[in-house]
Amino acid sequence: MSVANAAHSVVEPSAHARRFAGLLVILYAIITMIPLVWIVLTSFKSPDDAISYPPKILFKPSVEGYCNLFTTRSRQTPEFIQTLGQPRGLCDSIARSRNMVVAGPSNYVPRFVNSLIIAFGSTMLAVALGTLSAYGFSRFRVPLKDDLLFFILSTRMMPPIAVAIPIYLMYRTLGLSDTRLGMILLYTSVNVSLAVWLLKGFIDEIPREYEEAAMIDGYTRFQAFVKVVLPQATTGIAATAIFCLIFAWNEYAFAVLLTSGNAQTAPPFIPIIIGEGGQDWPAVAAGTTLFLVPIVVFTVLLRKHLLRGITFGAVRK
Amino acid sequence: MNDLSAPSITYRAVPVRPAVARRIRGLSDQALAWLFITPTIVLLLAINVFPLVWAIYLSFTNYRANRANAPTIWLGTDWYRSILTDPDIWAAMQVTAHFVIWTVLIETVLGFGLAFLIDKKFRGHGMWTTIILLPMMLSPAVVGNFWTFLYQPQIGLFNYVVAFVTGRDASSFQMLGDVTLSPWAIVIVDAWMWTPYVMLICLAGLRSIPDYIYEAAEVDRASNWRQFWSITLPMALPFIMLAVLFRGIENFKMFDMVNLLTGGGPGSTTEVASITLKRAAFESWRTGYSSAFAIILFVTVFGLANIYVKALNRVKNR
Repeated sequence: MSVANAAHSVVEPSAHARRFAGLLVILYAIITMIPLVWIVLTSFKSPDDAISYPPKILFKPSVEGYCNLFTTRSRQTPEFIQTLGQPRGLCDSIARSRNMVVAGPSNYVPRFVNSLIIAFGSTMLAVALGTLSAYGFSRFRVPLKDDLLFFILSTRMMPPIAVAIPIYLMYRTLGLSDTRLGMILLYTSVNVSLAVWLLKGFIDEIPREYEEAAMIDGYTRFQAFVKVVLPQATTGIAATAIFCLIFAWNEYAFAVLLTSGNAQTAPPFIPIIIGEGGQDWPAVAAGTTLFLVPIVVFTVLLRKHLLRGITFGAVRK
Repeated sequence: MNDLSAPSITYRAVPVRPAVARRIRGLSDQALAWLFITPTIVLLLAINVFPLVWAIYLSFTNYRANRANAPTIWLGTDWYRSILTDPDIWAAMQVTAHFVIWTVLIETVLGFGLAFLIDKKFRGHGMWTTIILLPMMLSPAVVGNFWTFLYQPQIGLFNYVVAFVTGRDASSFQMLGDVTLSPWAIVIVDAWMWTPYVMLICLAGLRSIPDYIYEAAEVDRASNWRQFWSITLPMALPFIMLAVLFRGIENFKMFDMVNLLTGGGPGSTTEVASITLKRAAFESWRTGYSSAFAIILFVTVFGLANIYVKALNRVKNR
């Protein structure tokens, strides 16, 4: 131990200071996690437990929230329910205990699928366009390069509502309102700025000598790009793709203003899940939980590149 | 591009300079550069610039999106004049300013403080940092919506905790329904969400300070206090500025979280600029008027973005 301590530089904080800092940070982390933990807990509560006072930390777990999320139910008289015979499945028997029967699936799955299609579609397009442009900006002398790069970034700075007004009119004219294609194009245009800036940073880090060596060996510039640069940039491309995916997945302003049914994604849908007499909080919590889980996974995967992503590649570790 | 065959021996044997080789084979670099960049520019022109130009045109007319067939009358700069003298707009700008100033202030102080503590590298700091970062990655709309549940009087967890700590009755205050509390309700949620963002950037700033500077200060017997004010803070400042500018711009445009938490209410006490714009454009359908307001917001954000990019470059060139 003493040898290790002696090797430490004078600027290392003392063990005491370190422990104190750790304590404060852990305290903050725990407080900041409470709302998220509460979402997950609420999703497993029965509606009565969810709105009890004082709020319940210990409760009998129930899947009613998830049942209500995935189904629509209709209220029936007990006499009618008795004529139906055996309940079909767990959700049906929960519904019957509340004098209801399952009427059919809810819109959650279609909205979730829309979110998936739009997020993946726009991410693939944005990353493809972004990789090409980033390579172009990184390797070639482009006239007005800085102005073009600023123009690309500035499109992301616009308030979404301000953009939504003319987009709404344009999409109405073109027949793109409330279509998945329209949303994919829109999210691509928002994400492409991030993709260009991030990927330019990643490609700048790949030494030009690799391509030049390949071209001396007889590759064309395009072949060198495909066979030398792309494999080197895989990590950067993956990190960029996840950032684009998270943006498209989380986006709300455009979705709520430009979609209503066909192409509606999950974020505008989850807040309007209502039960009898107001919001069905366990169902909302269940929908929220399922919606957030992929992002939590991605955040853990991305943690090394987060800083780059949120600063458009300006700050690297 | 027209030569996809295997590399030929001749090229290896003959010492050709790469620039010459490139010109011989297919596309020139310049053509390839434009081929690579054009699709992005075209997409942005179609989906960002063209609608923007259209909005500029509409802002000079009386056009209403819900009465598309009515004759369009040219109004000149009437909307701009009426917006800049409209007390409701100035009220919305004041609400926005309150929101932006307080969120940025709280997030900077908390975020820098956290980064400073995490930089002490206690055991397990990596894992706790990742946990702290979670809120900022989540959908502000979906999480903001859940906060309305936490803010419920009586049954909400937030009210319960505040009641527990202060001894007040949990049903005696409504975070979202009270005109004095609701502006703070949105500040709290935003600070909860975005403090980690500032923390992450500040952490990078603190880590960019080389150890030898502290060692030199230690040799000169500078106190910890002195080291903080003369080394740590000034050297991390460009990063703090970056975080402040970015949060400032983002919160100036804030829409989703506030729309779901309060929808601008009660009354218009939390009606930030984007909510005013949404109400004018998609509820009153005053398309010309709202386009003019949108352009004014554009110009403001564009100015801020310009400063932002300059700051980015300064940090980059360090």
